[in-house]
Amino acid sequence: MATEVMAQAEESRTNYLTNGHTVKSWLLTLDHKRIGLLYLFSISIFFAIGGIYAALIRLELITPQGDLMTAETYNRVFTMHGVMMIFFFLIPSIPATLGNFLLPLMLGTKDVAFPRLNLLSWYVFMVGAILMLITIMSGGVDTGWTFYPPYSSIYSNSQVTLAGVSIFITGFSSILTGLNFMVTIHTMRAPGLTWFRLPLFVWAHYATSLIQVLGTPVVAITVLALAFERTLQIGIFDPKLGGDPVLFQHMFWFYSHPAVYIMIIPSMGVISELIANMTRKKVFGYHFVAFSSLAIAVFGFLVWGHHMFTSSQSMYAGMVFSLITYAVAIPSAIKTFNWTATIFKGSVSYDTPMIYALAFIGLFTIGGMTGLFLAALGLDVHLHDTYFVVAHFHYVMVGGAIIGYLGGLHFWWPKMTGRMYPEVWGRISAAIVFLGFNLTFFPQFIVGYLGMPRRYHAYVPEYQVWHILSTAGASLLAIGFIMPVVYLAWSLKYGEKAGDNPWMAAGLEWETSSPPPTENFTYQPVINHDAYEFENVKEIKEAAAKEAALQTA
Amino acid sequence: MSDHAAHVPGLAHHFVNMEQQKEAGTIGMWLFLLTEIMFFGGLFLAYTIYRAKYPDGFLQGSHLLSVPLGGLNTVVLIVSSLTMAMAVYYSQLGERKKLLGFLALTLILGSVFLVVKYFEYAEKFQHHLFPAHWMYNPAADHPPTQYHGQVQVFLWIYFMMTGLHALHMIIGIGLLLVIMFMAHKGKFSKQYNSPVELFGLYWHFVDIVWIFLFPLLYLTGYHVGGGH
Repeated sequence: MATEVMAQAEESRTNYLTNGHTVKSWLLTLDHKRIGLLYLFSISIFFAIGGIYAALIRLELITPQGDLMTAETYNRVFTMHGVMMIFFFLIPSIPATLGNFLLPLMLGTKDVAFPRLNLLSWYVFMVGAILMLITIMSGGVDTGWTFYPPYSSIYSNSQVTLAGVSIFITGFSSILTGLNFMVTIHTMRAPGLTWFRLPLFVWAHYATSLIQVLGTPVVAITVLALAFERTLQIGIFDPKLGGDPVLFQHMFWFYSHPAVYIMIIPSMGVISELIANMTRKKVFGYHFVAFSSLAIAVFGFLVWGHHMFTSSQSMYAGMVFSLITYAVAIPSAIKTFNWTATIFKGSVSYDTPMIYALAFIGLFTIGGMTGLFLAALGLDVHLHDTYFVVAHFHYVMVGGAIIGYLGGLHFWWPKMTGRMYPEVWGRISAAIVFLGFNLTFFPQFIVGYLGMPRRYHAYVPEYQVWHILSTAGASLLAIGFIMPVVYLAWSLKYGEKAGDNPWMAAGLEWETSSPPPTENFTYQPVINHDAYEFENVKEIKEAAAKEAALQTA
Repeated sequence: MSDHAAHVPGLAHHFVNMEQQKEAGTIGMWLFLLTEIMFFGGLFLAYTIYRAKYPDGFLQGSHLLSVPLGGLNTVVLIVSSLTMAMAVYYSQLGERKKLLGFLALTLILGSVFLVVKYFEYAEKFQHHLFPAHWMYNPAADHPPTQYHGQVQVFLWIYFMMTGLHALHMIIGIGLLLVIMFMAHKGKFSKQYNSPVELFGLYWHFVDIVWIFLFPLLYLTGYHVGGGH
């Protein structure tokens, strides 16, 4: 008996973090939790690089003249900002880190379906990323992250081929992650965990994986074709050699528009978890929120033409694309309304994750609504390629995707590390991110509406005040992003011990220890209830029992 | 139960049982094939657009391809699909010798395909028909001079589609060698044979791509122009 207890105590001390301390035990790990952390570490570096480029852009735009850098350098700077942020941070951000870490925990299984493929995806990602770093060191690319030919294939003197190969390779890591997740969700659910008992985070990742699996191969073949056109000078997209440049735009946006849903849907999944757990309420209209993720993924494949309202696409095609683009607003609004309804009459906590969740709802609403402006055929002709577009997608990508990512990171940090982050600093930095973000990007709506084109390093003096506001906001935003890096790192050693379920949250991942053991659960979980049923949470039951005992005494 | 499961040969530790592992593998392979369809799909789209844009160029271009060689390769691949299906059948029966035999036949047929393809490609290079700008220099009237530009578009589509297909064949042959090695070692049994089955799916997929490529590239001339 006594030895059994000791053995159990021994067991609870080894978790996935203490199971091997060598570099090899990390680099050759098949544990989804460690792979998630490998991704977390790598994408944080790429986010910093993308951030440095963003800082250079904002510095250049303080003055109307192009005085910090030449137009050519500026082209490279904004291109590399976009490429780093999109392909090496936003696309892997939530799925590859939080998704990798949490999906098997939420499903009550030991690992993803294909652990070796999972590790391979990280290596493939790193090979692509290193090629992109080589691209940067050999001068970068100046085509914009969209790589439109014939400029990219014939005229540009920058490293387009290398960047194309890098994106081609990186795409496969995204495909592998998506494929792995879909198979895992299909086949690895714990006994009793039916589809409609799944946390909404899992539904969101299923929808995201669908896009990764269906969309990414198309952009892979597109950049491959671009690389062939550039190296062999064959007329794939170059009209001079008989190619069709608009074909590239179709093929590129067939992936790259759904790709923005790869970035935002996982974030929506995070927000559903945060709001349910921070208000201790079942998500309002669970089925609608679950299916709205799938609806966004499916609609997302049918709207790419709204990027080509001004590039020789037929007007009738434009009308259809415009209409379907409006339709994306429906599932998006379902989510937003249902989250709001969930908060209503909940016992709301204002801890850091909830601040991020509330910020998400507001900012995503603005980002989404301005998307409708751009989906309007007539209005888009005016707004196309202006800062209005820049502001719109930053509201969705930063205000949506990154805010959700940060909220999720704070929420699951105690599960990942076993330590709490300092709550006060968390709230302060969340507030700074929110303020800094709005100050950076709201003026861009205005200056874009007034006519400031994107991708210009010089502009007319009337716009300067908006740019100064934006740069000031970007400085604040940078502080807001650096703070979590510092205090999260600090908390690894000095943070308060978190315990298994510091939020008294509902969810399978909170039932195992923090940090979880390598096998995730020491027993086989069996599920006999829906998601977000707080009356089943052990910690809440205990607290209620304690209170009842006090009252009877 | 989990203690027992750990001793089943071929079962990875994170799966509960063999059925779960097999289901995961099967869904995974079908999803992978779906990504492959999307991958080739981009080129089929390009084919459709340019064929509509340059019907004459495609007609002239397809006359440059050898229908007998393409037809031979089609037969070779279809037969290889049959031998692959037989290999899967015998792997399910657990008959190691017949499994190895049919895998070897599949390997031979796959290699024959690639050899034929090599001769087809070599002939194009000899006649300066590789579409790279600095190499492309077709004979004055074959195809007619006014179509040289359009035929160049046809040829890059031909080379990219068949090249990508051939790359899949080469990867397939590499995988086939691994499967044969595993079969030789006696890894497969009635209970555990999903690698053979999953590889079979891949092999059939690569076949089916060719079944589309052959008429679209080689027989266009016959379809549009009614033969030579």
